[in-house]
Amino acid sequence: MNRLLLNKIVITLSTLAALIGISFLLWILITLSIRGYHSIDWHIFTTDLVNNGLRNVIIGQFILAGIATVIGVPVGMMAGIYLREYGINSKFSMIVRNLSDVMMSAPSIVIGIFVYGIFVVPFGGFNGWAGVIALAILMIPIVVSTTDSMLSLVPQELREAGIALGASKAQVIYKIVLSAAKIGLITGVLLAFARVIGETAPLLFTSANNNFFSFGLSNQYPSLTVSIYHLALFPSQTSQNLAWAGSAILTLLVLFINLITRFIFKPRKQK
Amino acid sequence: MKLAIQTKDFSFTYPKTKEATLKGINIPIYANKVTALIGPSGCGKSTLLRSCNRIHDVYPGNLYDGEILLYDNNGEKAENILQYKKENDLINLRQRIGMIFQKPTPFPMSIKDNITYGLKLSGIKNKTELLDRAEIALKGAALWEEVKDRLNNSAMGLSGGQQQRLCIARAVALKPQVLLFDEPTSALDPISTASIEELISELKNELTVLIVTHNMQQASRISDYTGFMYLGDLVEYDVTETIFLNPKEKKTEDYITGRFG
Repeated sequence: MNRLLLNKIVITLSTLAALIGISFLLWILITLSIRGYHSIDWHIFTTDLVNNGLRNVIIGQFILAGIATVIGVPVGMMAGIYLREYGINSKFSMIVRNLSDVMMSAPSIVIGIFVYGIFVVPFGGFNGWAGVIALAILMIPIVVSTTDSMLSLVPQELREAGIALGASKAQVIYKIVLSAAKIGLITGVLLAFARVIGETAPLLFTSANNNFFSFGLSNQYPSLTVSIYHLALFPSQTSQNLAWAGSAILTLLVLFINLITRFIFKPRKQK
Repeated sequence: MKLAIQTKDFSFTYPKTKEATLKGINIPIYANKVTALIGPSGCGKSTLLRSCNRIHDVYPGNLYDGEILLYDNNGEKAENILQYKKENDLINLRQRIGMIFQKPTPFPMSIKDNITYGLKLSGIKNKTELLDRAEIALKGAALWEEVKDRLNNSAMGLSGGQQQRLCIARAVALKPQVLLFDEPTSALDPISTASIEELISELKNELTVLIVTHNMQQASRISDYTGFMYLGDLVEYDVTETIFLNPKEKKTEDYITGRFG
């Protein structure tokens, strides 16, 4: 076959594939914008679910994901530091690294069921803490993996230079290595946060949902994603409009976090 | 002449290798002199240099054998640094023997914090003293005029040559007895190289320099003594002039005339 012809075929096919990929994304964004635009008004942000607003569930979602981040980030980062700085070639860290990678691709509903068995059934009912724990479990392997790979980008000479000045290993890690990897680590945290803030399955049978504004994590707890799920299934126009509004808000939120991470990462690449 | 370091039948083996990388090295390093180690790649010169501050210990499983004696400032009492086991001893050792690497290694912090990093580790807390020592060190590294107005800027914004001089200033600030240079100019342009070489020649008034270099002109320009290494042996050691003009060993002559290596 003519080489030029083959070239054209390949270019056409790959362009087509790219167009298909992006067109679905645009479709989603456009549908959400139109439907969301008609459904979003100020009322949504000032009233709770019980009065057909989303205030309590949006704040609830942030509280669940926020506390999960407060738990998941230190644990994940310490584990990542262990893997890269202390147990670099040990068998134990190989096992931990592989397990963490497996965990990362574990379906989130499985984690939801697991937490249901551990933290919901024994405590006599759905509660916010169970939702937090499910999200944290989801988050840890993501943070482990980004920490691990961001630390691997720090040149070995930098560690040696710290040691050569009389620093201990811990001082080198916490003052030099972490600060050299700072931007990458922050990006990793933001991406992990963006990932868990859009999760439904781990919350479905852990924190369940709540129509009212609440700070009481030991009871059923409101969340945007679970609300969207219930609202979309409910046979009433008001509920379904609210579901569209919630979806649009969630999408914009995740998009926004992703854009922030790009923005943070950019200046470093230009250097 | 005072000794700074003396190795005695020093051998070194990397983990998971059967053969020793360094075999029974005996080399004197005289105080307030520049000693250069030359030799083809893989001859063990960097391994020897890196043994002198035990930086090898960052990685587990190395085998040291023999002695590396570090003398006090009067060149009288000596300690075998290979006997150090506790981390504290190693930290003290590294504050006495500084090291400059091939690639500049500024820390991701301000210029001032880079210089004061080692000083803070050594226990100095007084802010004026830290700043004074930083200024002296930067002046000593001929960097003060270039950075005095931006001490709080990130060190990452300096040029390669400036970064390397910053690293030297950072090491000098600790007032070490010995400075180890591991091919300090191989990543730098000729002008930066010249300024680093000049700096090394000035430094020997205050301390002892051991430098590994691939560049034989550099060794002949700046060093007082030169050791030629080959396949883990110290083939010849002498006054630099003798090594370059009148070597005793055939191997040395072949190497410095460019017949191999």
